[in-house]
Amino acid sequence: MKYLDEYRNGPIAAKIVDEIRRVQTRPWVLMEVCGGQTHSIVKHGLDHLLPEGIELVHGPGCPVCVTPLEMIDKAHAIAKKPGVIFCSFGDMLRVPGSDGDLFTIKSQGGDVRVVYSPLDCLKIARSNPDKQVVFFAIGFETTAPANAMLAWRAREEGAKNVSLLVSHVLVPPAMAAILASPENRVQGFLGPGHVCAVMGYSEYEPLSARFKVPIVITGFEPLDILQGTLMTVRQLEEGRAVVENEYSRILNRDGNPTAQKLVASVFDIGDRKWRGIGTIAQSGYRLRREFAEHDAERIFNVDDIDTKEPEACISGQILRGIKKPHDCAAFGTICTPQRPLGATMVSAEGACAAYYTYGRHLEQHRAQLGAAQLVSVESLVGAA
Amino acid sequence: MCLAIPGKVLEAYDSRGMRMAKVQFGGITREACLEYVPETLVGDYVLVHVGFAISRVDEAEAERTYQALRELDQLTELETPVVEEIEPGGYRQ
Repeated sequence: MKYLDEYRNGPIAAKIVDEIRRVQTRPWVLMEVCGGQTHSIVKHGLDHLLPEGIELVHGPGCPVCVTPLEMIDKAHAIAKKPGVIFCSFGDMLRVPGSDGDLFTIKSQGGDVRVVYSPLDCLKIARSNPDKQVVFFAIGFETTAPANAMLAWRAREEGAKNVSLLVSHVLVPPAMAAILASPENRVQGFLGPGHVCAVMGYSEYEPLSARFKVPIVITGFEPLDILQGTLMTVRQLEEGRAVVENEYSRILNRDGNPTAQKLVASVFDIGDRKWRGIGTIAQSGYRLRREFAEHDAERIFNVDDIDTKEPEACISGQILRGIKKPHDCAAFGTICTPQRPLGATMVSAEGACAAYYTYGRHLEQHRAQLGAAQLVSVESLVGAA
Repeated sequence: MCLAIPGKVLEAYDSRGMRMAKVQFGGITREACLEYVPETLVGDYVLVHVGFAISRVDEAEAERTYQALRELDQLTELETPVVEEIEPGGYRQ
């Protein structure tokens, strides 16, 4: 706990914040890309610690949040089929589709199972040769090596009852889409640490050069985020725009080439839809043709899906850094982690869930409250 | 689920042609695949994401990252029930 205690005592954090204040001459808007970073920022109140004018907006790096409604609905359609064992990471079970979630399907008799590793699906398939085992392969680049290995092993072992419903997304095309949007406010990025542990960061260099934005690959611990913010602000103030690595104790420019190689043998890159954002060209992985026998979208006929997104949900604007959770009328009122309208309220990495968990839905009410009432709200925040 | 969790390799072995390991995360031990970090030895610390080691880390970094993840309540995936193979009859061929 030494490191965290140091943070709480604050001398190192205070030093970094002082340095940001010293170099800063004007306001800047930075985006942290990774949902783990968002969670850490909100939990530790790092955005409140930063000097005025340094704004952190929350990015699309929550895999559960950006999985498109069509894919959620396809997952539900497959999970309802008799003879199917539908396997998923736990986070996906509560994500609302057009009509309920995977928990609802499980409670109605569907065989929906939470797995820790995609490889668990092979064990389940060997134990249930008369069933079709389908894995919901979602995620960013960090998860791709694991999901790719399932497809690879299924083919190698001739496991005909194993298939994957693939909805894999990539970070750099999403950053490019955010920067290219006329609504964009982002001037610098804290890049995703664990994604780059797999992929390295060379692919961020053309992005940084093309849009003239600093990108600092950053960890998720409080001091990492403050240090990454300082490095980004320093670049902005000096008029530089390059890729730097704050997280060098974990990763280097090359990432994990062994993992990248298997990912490239299993997946190719194609257009992908992102929930709340829309289709981004060349922004996700698809199974290569050689793995067609293990492609759940091909095996199950689930093309005709009619989706219904709740109108009140503004998660798309939140995921692009245009709005914050408390800009949404539904936030903390009709939309809570217990009854989420959108996926950003489901996952711990979603901005709305993080804001809610740490009591920020109460902040917007403070202005309307008298001093006496404020005391009770403070105690509520403490209890949250 | 976008973060990897550091743990200590207690045991490494071959399973169906794959390099696997028992990895200890605090009080929980889980199986992880070592195919992407083949140079890993017993006693090493690795960053594990959804059952796959993606890189090696030193002990101090492992300890610190683990505590930070615990603070963020990001260790729940480790509590996912272990899948036992019942009557391994083989796949549908």
